[in-house]
Amino acid sequence: MACMLEAPLRISVLSEVTATSRHYVDRLFDPDPQKVLQGVIDMKNAVIGNNKQKANLIVLGAVPRLLYLLQQPSSSLELRTECAVVLGSLAMGTENNIKSLVDCHIIPALLQGLLCQDLCFIEACLRCLRTVFISPVTPVQLLYPDPTVIPHLMSLLSRSQRTQEYITQIFSHCCKTPEHQTILYNHGAIQNIAPLLNSPSYKVQMQALKCFSVLAYENAQVSMTLVNVLVDGELLSQVFVRMMQRDRPIEMQLTAAKCLTYMCRAGAIRTDDTCIVLKTLPCLVRMCSKERLLEERVEGAETLAYLMEPDVELQRIASVTDHLVAMLADYFKYPSSVSAIADIKRLDHDLKHAHELRQAAFKLYASLGANDEDVRKKITETENMMDRIVSGLSESSIKVRLAAVRCLHSLSRSVQQLRTSFHDHAVWKPLMKLLQNAPDEVLVMASSTLCNLLLEFSPSKEPILESGVIELLCSLTQSDSPALRVNGIWALMNMAFQADQKVKVEIVRALGTEQLFRLLSDPDANVLMKTLGLLRNLLSTRPHIDQIMSSHGKQIMQAVTLILEGEHSIEVKEQTLCILANIADGNTAKELIMTNDDMLQKIKSYMGHSNVKLQLAATFCVSNLIWNEEDGSQERQDKLREMGFVDILHKLTQASDPSLCDSLFLLSSRAKTAMQQYLA
Amino acid sequence: MAELGAGSLQVGDPAFNYQEREFNERLKRLYPAVNEEETPLPRSWSPKDKYSYIGLSQNNLRVHYKGHGKNHKDAASVRAAHPIPAACGIYYFEVKIVSKGRDGYMGIGLSAQGVNMNRLPGWDKHSYGYHGDDGHSFCSSGTGQPYGPTFTTGDVIGCCVNLINNTCFYTKNGHSLGVAFTDLPPNLYPTVGLQTPGEIVDANFGQHPFVFDIEDYMSEWRAKIHSMIARFPVGERLGEWQAVLHNMVSSYLVHHGYCATAMAFARTTETIIQEEQSSIKNRQRIQKLVLAGRLGEAIDATQELYPGLLERNPNLLFMLKCRQFVEMVNGTDSEVRCFGTRSPKSQNSYPSSPSLSPRHGATNPHLHTTDSPTCSNGVTSKNKSNSKYPGVSSASSSSSSSPSSVNYSESNSTDSTKSQAHSGTSNQETSDSEMEIEAEHYTNGLADASSARIVNGTYKHEEILQTDGHGLGNGLAEDGSTSRQLCGGNLAATERMIQFGRELQALNEQLCRDYGKNPTHKKMLQDAFSLLAYADPWNCPVGQQLDPTQRESICSALNSAILESQNLPKQPPLMLALAQANECVQLMARVRAGSCSFARIDSFLH
Repeated sequence: MACMLEAPLRISVLSEVTATSRHYVDRLFDPDPQKVLQGVIDMKNAVIGNNKQKANLIVLGAVPRLLYLLQQPSSSLELRTECAVVLGSLAMGTENNIKSLVDCHIIPALLQGLLCQDLCFIEACLRCLRTVFISPVTPVQLLYPDPTVIPHLMSLLSRSQRTQEYITQIFSHCCKTPEHQTILYNHGAIQNIAPLLNSPSYKVQMQALKCFSVLAYENAQVSMTLVNVLVDGELLSQVFVRMMQRDRPIEMQLTAAKCLTYMCRAGAIRTDDTCIVLKTLPCLVRMCSKERLLEERVEGAETLAYLMEPDVELQRIASVTDHLVAMLADYFKYPSSVSAIADIKRLDHDLKHAHELRQAAFKLYASLGANDEDVRKKITETENMMDRIVSGLSESSIKVRLAAVRCLHSLSRSVQQLRTSFHDHAVWKPLMKLLQNAPDEVLVMASSTLCNLLLEFSPSKEPILESGVIELLCSLTQSDSPALRVNGIWALMNMAFQADQKVKVEIVRALGTEQLFRLLSDPDANVLMKTLGLLRNLLSTRPHIDQIMSSHGKQIMQAVTLILEGEHSIEVKEQTLCILANIADGNTAKELIMTNDDMLQKIKSYMGHSNVKLQLAATFCVSNLIWNEEDGSQERQDKLREMGFVDILHKLTQASDPSLCDSLFLLSSRAKTAMQQYLA
Repeated sequence: MAELGAGSLQVGDPAFNYQEREFNERLKRLYPAVNEEETPLPRSWSPKDKYSYIGLSQNNLRVHYKGHGKNHKDAASVRAAHPIPAACGIYYFEVKIVSKGRDGYMGIGLSAQGVNMNRLPGWDKHSYGYHGDDGHSFCSSGTGQPYGPTFTTGDVIGCCVNLINNTCFYTKNGHSLGVAFTDLPPNLYPTVGLQTPGEIVDANFGQHPFVFDIEDYMSEWRAKIHSMIARFPVGERLGEWQAVLHNMVSSYLVHHGYCATAMAFARTTETIIQEEQSSIKNRQRIQKLVLAGRLGEAIDATQELYPGLLERNPNLLFMLKCRQFVEMVNGTDSEVRCFGTRSPKSQNSYPSSPSLSPRHGATNPHLHTTDSPTCSNGVTSKNKSNSKYPGVSSASSSSSSSPSSVNYSESNSTDSTKSQAHSGTSNQETSDSEMEIEAEHYTNGLADASSARIVNGTYKHEEILQTDGHGLGNGLAEDGSTSRQLCGGNLAATERMIQFGRELQALNEQLCRDYGKNPTHKKMLQDAFSLLAYADPWNCPVGQQLDPTQRESICSALNSAILESQNLPKQPPLMLALAQANECVQLMARVRAGSCSFARIDSFLH
């Protein structure tokens, strides 16, 4: 609205302003160097705090001329310095200004300027570079093409507090990838920056601290080095702990906590180290309190979520620290109804941060409830928690949706919650909606949650089935992402567990045997395992076994053979033998094994395998084949006796005594049961 | 409770003493604003204020249950021996669960005096508790609220009372569990309650380091209070502030007679000094004489410059004369010094700088030294022993300068502060703006040997500290062992002293007749005369009187009397403001404003 009003005005004013602006630019071309200098100084005074003037000068082409003067060896040092100052001032304007400056190749020119010996000039160049690099529109890789730049910047760190502040600030903004981290690390960033943590200047301290947080993030090499660094005889981790003292500025406490969090997650500090348990964790919990600024609360919650994600003990501690679970409920109260009436500015501020707050809270809840059942219970009992998740699942912001589904996923690991709150709030509905059309990262989380909702004891299973989920899951199994394929097939597996015939048939139909067998040769072991699990679940109860085997018996037997012959893990082979045992349980399906001597030989050899689990599964299979009460058991028993199965069974009953481990005992008793079939 | 008292008189096991000292130091550090004479801190459980089912052991720190523990009617509590003083600001204690006993029905919390002890903390009015069996908090009610985790054997539970906002939170094994109670009443006692057999808990009131980092929590509140003070809105305009501050500083300098400094300050800040410069110098001169122990001359000078002053203040005169007697014993007063082997007036080195320096809290290590470093400002002797200032070697130790000739060079008054800082390097400087740094006491004319040890041509700050270290604590004894003798060891002087003593006695009798008996005077006189009863007065029970620092109080009394006679304030406004602020902070403690703990005056003085 404001823009529309301003537009016509701006045009009329522009012509006047440009006239005076042009004068400034013209003076840069004066043949008298003294006048040029005066012109630059006047320009400096004219642009300070005047965005319009800055834009005008850029449009009128002041930048290339300033850069020319800055680079010209014939220019006096004073002139070159003033040029750098003006350019720095121009960079302080809008993002468009920055873009124009970058387009004029200001970065290489300024980096070149750093080679000069004069400190004032270097500082002016660095200040300008800093302003350019901290802008989100500047591509950070522009710092890296020239391999001499980083070492030179490192050497400038000793020049003055200003160079320290600007250079560390540039580093912390330009270190975005593991490659950047490695470059900085290899040029001695740690040794050069560590002493700055004890700088008398707060700004330098802060920028150095920020540098360490970006360097250590998900970087084991950096983190492992950091733990051994001494600053004035004090371990770096202790320096960070000192910076988290409660009378330090919040920004410092928070950033120090981030450094320690990243070092911990990178494996350099144990999660039970006191500096994590008694210092970093409480510090981050404090950052979530109502007294902190909204930005700080977001950052605090996200960092805390990241810190304790893999460690159940930290999750338990955090869940009882300073009422954190209840404190997080407050994150959903923005914009508050009061602020809307009381203060428009505040409303605006609240609105801006509302999404961020919600997603941060969801993330933290997800992390808190990742492993501990009691914590999950506490979370679901928080006021309106399930309603908040449900509405979070359908928010416009992807970040919030993703965080909400992560939270839901965490809570869905609880049997109790699946049975109660999940069903009461019909969370499957928004979840299904989310699955229809979402980016992969959301899809992974959502489908993973769905897997849990489809567990046989989950009351949500029925309504989900009725909503036509099978097609959707089958399409997931065709995804390029292994995570999605696993989740798709996993959900189908859960769905098939003790399902009725109709569902099983539907799954086989929708998936198609071709896809099923493709999944059996999937490069991802997890996918293979879950597919075998699905097969096993499909092949349960005799009528189902016979029916499926009558239509797909040949392919299934082929696949089984292939897997048993291939290079697979024990778990995969065990699962496959279990499938075979299920087939052996069928009435007609049995024959598919009995007529396949090759397969019988395989079973026999697995009975003598060194792994008890495989022996067990193979014996189970044999026991099903020779079961007395069924038709034709006598012939099957005879055939197997001929093939030497009885001897093996006999050996198995002998070999193990009850004092041995459970599975061996199980094996011997299973073998005994099988032997009894012969004796009967 | 038995441990009350500073612990300095404890005898026996050194390990115990060490622990005790550590305990006292920790309490002092945690609760610096608490005056334990008025409001003692909880240090143990009370053997009186408990239910009969409670047993105490291990210096009343361990609590065990000895009842039947059938039901809640068998609950039993014990309170600490003292309530939590408000001046703590933030108070903290921890309880370790040694054993959860049969059921672990343990409550940790707070209760007011008189609350029924046959109950767990939290069940009754003015009683608050956190219970181990269910993790609930009980706020003066039989039904609890879900609060924290349960606790059991091996756990350490902490309870923190914030007396600034009257809230309380608990900790478990060093982790804060968040606020449990708000709007707490004052004067609560740490309390624990047990209910089933076998339950044993140990208290830590500061005897050992805490599991939870309470000092970190305190630092946050200290920062909060400090920023509150810093941001406190003041109605006046900035300029007036400045003027007020200038006047404060100026009047302070004038009061203590830092003449040149005061003049320089007045010039640069364009403030006006009310008192005549000559008057300041007169006071300065008298102060110097008093601080040098030359009371006789000081009295003469006062009578000459301010006739009638001492007549109107007979008590002051008596005090001065008493002191004069002491100084005679010391051998410093000119009436006895004139009997010395050397020219009586030749020894112008004073044991301490002639002006009082304000005392800034007990943290200053120099405070208890007898010597100059505390009196670091402005006024100084004009004529020093030549070994100290080789540049004025012509002024040999025998070149006398009578007290009346003590004149004040103003040669460098243009930049007095600067000259203070560098005075040692310029040998000629003898101006009154120099710093006095002599750290030795010259009890008689034989001081040269000792002065040579410490004095040299150039001095730096470090040297001050160093010499200070030498002088520390042994001021009199050091020299007294060899050269110190009554009245400088001169017979004639001793006779003069005896005679003076008689006059003093007569004066006392005179005053008694005129104004009635004055026990203070009697005591003063007795103390002074007692010095003669000992062979070595410097090392006797009343020898403290001979310490040059004892001159300071009489010096400031005389200075104040002079100022009052001139219709000038007898206290500098700066000191008044400081004293008022101090008084306010103490008052805050008495009216239970907990923030006083973090608004300490000395944390603003450096």
